[in-house]
Amino acid sequence: MVRYFTRLRVRRIYKWGGRPYIFDRKLKSYGFEYLNMSVEGQEAVTTVTPGQYILIEGNDDEYPFVAKLLKLFGDESHKQKKALVQWFLRLSEVPQNKKLLLGRSPHPQEIFYYLGRACDDEINAESILGTVHVQHVPEDTPFPEPGTKDTLYVKLSWDTKAFNVLDPVLMQDTSASTPPKPAPPLFTPCASPTATPVSRGPVHHALPTPDPTVMRRAGSVSDTRATMSAGKRSTLEAESIHSASKLSASKILSAKRRGSAADTPGVRKKLQLSIGASPGKKMTRADVLCELLDEEMESEKVVSLKLSSSVSHSLQHGCSLSPMRSGCKTPNGQRRFPWKLTSISLDRLSPTALGEQDFSSDLLLAVIPLALEDEVFEAGLPTDAGSANTPKKRQATPRRNYVRGQKPTTPSRRKESAMAIREPALGVLAEEDSEDSPMQPIALTPRSKRKSAQLVSLRIRKQLNLLDNTQELISDGDDDCFVPSKKELQSSSNEEKTDSEEETVAKKTRGRNCKTSVRTPHKTPSKKVTPSTPRCATPCIPSRTVPARQPGNILEEARARLHVSSVPESLPCREQEFQDIYNFVESKVMDGTGGCMYISGVPGTGKTATIHEVIRCLQHASDMDEIPTFRFIEINGMKMTDPHQAYVQILQKLTDQKVTADHAAALLEKRFSNPAPKKETTVLLVDELDLLWTRKQNVMYNLFDWPTRRHARLVVLTIANTMDLPERIMINRVASRLGLTRMSFQPYSFKQLQQIITSRLNKVKAFEEDALQLVSRKVAALSGDARRCLDICRRATEICEHSASHPSSAGLVKMSHVMEALDEMFSSSYITAIRCASLQEQLFLRAVIAEFRRLGLEEATFQQVFVQHRTLSRVEGLQPISVSEGLAVCQRLGACRLLLLEASRLDMLQRVRLNVSQDDVLYALKPVRD
Amino acid sequence: MCTLSRQRKGSIHELVQMILRERFCHQRLPEKPVGMESQHKHLLELLRRTAVHGESNSVLIVGPRGSGKTMLLNCVLRELLEVKDVNKNVLPVHLNGLLQTDDRIALKEITRQLNLENVVGDKVFGSFAENLAFLLEALKKGDRSSSRPVLFILDEFDLFAHHKNQTLLYNLLDVSQSAQAPVAVIGLTCRLDVLELLEKRVKSRFSHRQIHLLSSLSFIQYLDNVRSQLSLPQDFPDTKFYDEWNDSIKTLCEDQLVVDVLQSHYNSSKDFRSLHLLLMLALSRVSASKPAIKPTDLLEASRVCMVDSKANILHGLSILELCLIIAMKHLNDIYEGEPFNFQMVHNEFKKFLQRKSHSIHNFDKPVVIKAFEHLQQLELIKSMDSSTAKIQKEYQLMKLLLDHSQIMEALQKYPQCPTDVKQWAMSAFG
Repeated sequence: MVRYFTRLRVRRIYKWGGRPYIFDRKLKSYGFEYLNMSVEGQEAVTTVTPGQYILIEGNDDEYPFVAKLLKLFGDESHKQKKALVQWFLRLSEVPQNKKLLLGRSPHPQEIFYYLGRACDDEINAESILGTVHVQHVPEDTPFPEPGTKDTLYVKLSWDTKAFNVLDPVLMQDTSASTPPKPAPPLFTPCASPTATPVSRGPVHHALPTPDPTVMRRAGSVSDTRATMSAGKRSTLEAESIHSASKLSASKILSAKRRGSAADTPGVRKKLQLSIGASPGKKMTRADVLCELLDEEMESEKVVSLKLSSSVSHSLQHGCSLSPMRSGCKTPNGQRRFPWKLTSISLDRLSPTALGEQDFSSDLLLAVIPLALEDEVFEAGLPTDAGSANTPKKRQATPRRNYVRGQKPTTPSRRKESAMAIREPALGVLAEEDSEDSPMQPIALTPRSKRKSAQLVSLRIRKQLNLLDNTQELISDGDDDCFVPSKKELQSSSNEEKTDSEEETVAKKTRGRNCKTSVRTPHKTPSKKVTPSTPRCATPCIPSRTVPARQPGNILEEARARLHVSSVPESLPCREQEFQDIYNFVESKVMDGTGGCMYISGVPGTGKTATIHEVIRCLQHASDMDEIPTFRFIEINGMKMTDPHQAYVQILQKLTDQKVTADHAAALLEKRFSNPAPKKETTVLLVDELDLLWTRKQNVMYNLFDWPTRRHARLVVLTIANTMDLPERIMINRVASRLGLTRMSFQPYSFKQLQQIITSRLNKVKAFEEDALQLVSRKVAALSGDARRCLDICRRATEICEHSASHPSSAGLVKMSHVMEALDEMFSSSYITAIRCASLQEQLFLRAVIAEFRRLGLEEATFQQVFVQHRTLSRVEGLQPISVSEGLAVCQRLGACRLLLLEASRLDMLQRVRLNVSQDDVLYALKPVRD
Repeated sequence: MCTLSRQRKGSIHELVQMILRERFCHQRLPEKPVGMESQHKHLLELLRRTAVHGESNSVLIVGPRGSGKTMLLNCVLRELLEVKDVNKNVLPVHLNGLLQTDDRIALKEITRQLNLENVVGDKVFGSFAENLAFLLEALKKGDRSSSRPVLFILDEFDLFAHHKNQTLLYNLLDVSQSAQAPVAVIGLTCRLDVLELLEKRVKSRFSHRQIHLLSSLSFIQYLDNVRSQLSLPQDFPDTKFYDEWNDSIKTLCEDQLVVDVLQSHYNSSKDFRSLHLLLMLALSRVSASKPAIKPTDLLEASRVCMVDSKANILHGLSILELCLIIAMKHLNDIYEGEPFNFQMVHNEFKKFLQRKSHSIHNFDKPVVIKAFEHLQQLELIKSMDSSTAKIQKEYQLMKLLLDHSQIMEALQKYPQCPTDVKQWAMSAFG
């Protein structure tokens, strides 16, 4: 999966470009030709023009909204910037239950043309993040191969009900500008020549936010380009050759490879330029650059070791030998020749080389291992024709930043990150030590060492279970490729060390990596170290070989209907509550506002069932287009291990993401507090609310605070058992946010219970009327728990069935059966237990009571009771038992909880209490004494 | 094996021992559980409905220890699995509250027993939360008619109720009450008050079916049971020996001595486990030279079973230690069970030495202390206060963990106990 990262802290500046071409007098609005975006502190400007596909800031960092820009307009003051867009949907934005309508597995890059009308198509222009490339794929043609995964594809449209084939006319104006070939064009067709446009393909990766580095690079590129004359280049060349001789072995190797692979002056010049720009003091940086080349080779090998991608990569490797010239001859930037290796290495160098003069620290940032299978660089081949390649370089750099998962905002931070890179790159430092000694090329090529290092790293990777799912490796190509190559770098420097040492080092770096990429928890290495339940796992209970038998007779039928799990046709007896909740949720959904509701009631009074019914009805209504669509999410305090897991579950149900609790909280916070034009109302049911209680109550606080946000569109329905829960356990600020919309479900009255059973039975005649009344009266008197009522009825049918001689001849469930069932469920078993106890146990109980009476206390030690027991057994004419046996008797009674005992290590001194009333014991023992 | 055993007479006894041992050590389930027919039928019906109709159920089997809860369940499961339709269709999951001490372990065990870990991959489990979500997801995906019923058997059910929030129980019972994969939750417990342990939400989701195993066996039935337990099965290879043995058992059970022994056992506890222990001891005396169980064997076995463990320890004490015990007994009499310390015991002992002793010499104090400590190690006396470090040894308050009757009995049986010590012990009763 490709991920996007939005940076909150970056302040983007939006400026209208060009002159307002339309002026609408009525609305007093101006239309604009294009919009320039820049990031604060950066000179570079990105331009968006109507007709382009844009990314719009949304709830999700990784998947910003996609839309096509139709029109840009603003008011007189030029402060308000608006844009008219045509939305596109990602599959993740389609409601969960509708996803299946697609009928096939979606392409990861697939989007859908949005035909619904629920979403506002006028957006704030300042939420535009950048541009993206969208391509229309006709219905019957397959999606282009994964090679071009930087493009989003649109095949179908979505009208909130179904997926339809997209009318190509809708896409026509764009398809004119988009070449049908898989490779993205380098220039946005309508971009003005001065404002350097961001080409689309790579932007998909890099431009969810105009990264500061992106912008900067853009600026720097244009700067350096101006200074870069051909003459200067040639003078630098000599110098760079000299400095190259100083390079350590591995660098020379790379230099050699460079020479052999792409024996083109263009290449050499680029590299030499980069070295020569500051030969003396920037040596280390140059080293790093060269190291990069090595590393690239290594990582490429690593990649090629992977089973999945081995073929393609070795191919690329082979292609790198093809001459470079022909590529340079192609007039514009649209090159699709597979010179992967060279192009990448060059490309990686070139921007750094160019940017070096002004932003030296950038250089190190750029030196980041990168995923090789990327098509981006294919297009971004650097050529001598300077003007043509500048945009490509820019593509390359942000991409790297992305891979690194590290986005420094300020120069100081950038330096930090540079250090972070330099540190793991131990190989560089090690080689620097030997820098002074003049070295012959090739001679010291540590190829063999590198090989061993590869082996080691491979082993490590195995240990880390990284090879487990190659599938993921492919899809997560970027970061997964990145990690091994990084490790590679490490292991090559630490070859002599043992495996374990290497692993610790690797972990350390990973830890550092984690620190630097705070904002990218998807890449936090912990996930890789401890393989967790895979995302794609589809757990299920194996299906049975023989299908379940259907109920055979009336009693079985009745039993099936009376089971709590069977969903009744309607919910009787909760009409009022149903209506109230329905109205509440419906109004919120209609208005697009949020709200909280607290529902209380003892267990088994139909709270959850009523809400489910409400949601079912509302969903039906929204299907019928009576109300806007909404989303229903349910969490249950009992079904999570920790209150904070609530965030994780909500987020997972909303967006299918699996993240840690803290991150989920942050994402949800963002989602609910930021305005997003295309937002459906979310209805959240929180069952067993009291279990979400934490000491600081932050989970509850958030749950009730989100609905109050202006843009949240969140309706929270909470359920708990106690009516006064808000007053009892919530602190004021939480209780206040919960509000006063409360509802209490009263326990069912006997009539209601009767009605429930009758409606469930639904004309299946299995019960006598009196029997039903008895059950419902009994339950209503005790708890009013409908579950209990149904269970008793079910049990009564069983008893009825058993009592009949033949199952088929069993008649109606009569009073006697119900009585028996009631007895079974409600009668206390203590009395029977005492009656069934052995003689000595009964005697001991009597001794306990006798001792209690003697002491006048409800507690005695075993020793005291035992004296009584002994005398009693003498009275009864029984052989007195030994102390050990007496203790055993006592323990047996304690295990049944007829007695409450202290810990048995106290032996004779343990204190004894009765767990039943004395009267019960005496009553139970009476017949025995007679 | 049978043909071999017929060759020599000695090996017949080995065969008898083997058959009966298997029976007494609960290695083999009985043909049919005794005295719990209705419970057996109820449980079997319930589980059959889960297995055949996919009806979710929950049930608790409650009964005192040794009353045959596990045996009943195993019999039912065996019978259930003999049914052809059911055989391949149920997934039993056995959990024990003593093994799965928290929900995390229990979840892992469930996942393992359901063979879901191949989905998880490599038996590496994610976090607790992931695990729970995973399992719930799995159960949610199933539906009544198509997925295999899962039988969750929770041994020591009451211990599961002590888990945090009763998450596991809530979820299992919730599944049993909703239209998900069919499950049967069977809890086994000896606590009669187990329902009071359940939280109200959990309790509401429980179906309140309880199968009580409270044996109401009369003594006659008990005797019958002993006879059938000792009798050889009909398929015993040696018919002559079979007849002899069963006849001898019959006469044995009519013997008055045996009846008395069994009666006292029956009075003490009705469960079969203690009976099996008794019969096992008697059985172990059977050999080639002694081909049948004699009444005296049973009497001896009963004596071993009923013996007071502390009296045994007292027999092994030295005279000095015994004297200290007697001194403690006197102190208990005087102060009515108030705790004492070493100094008091020592004074009492010295008084005795000065007044009456002829046979016992004076011991040095360290020797007496040593004896005192030995008694403490044997747990015949127990320190009253927990903070032992602060108080000097001599002044630590102690309590005697012996009954008067035990002391007197031990003195009677003590080999070569000096008469003056005996008299000293008796004297306090005056």
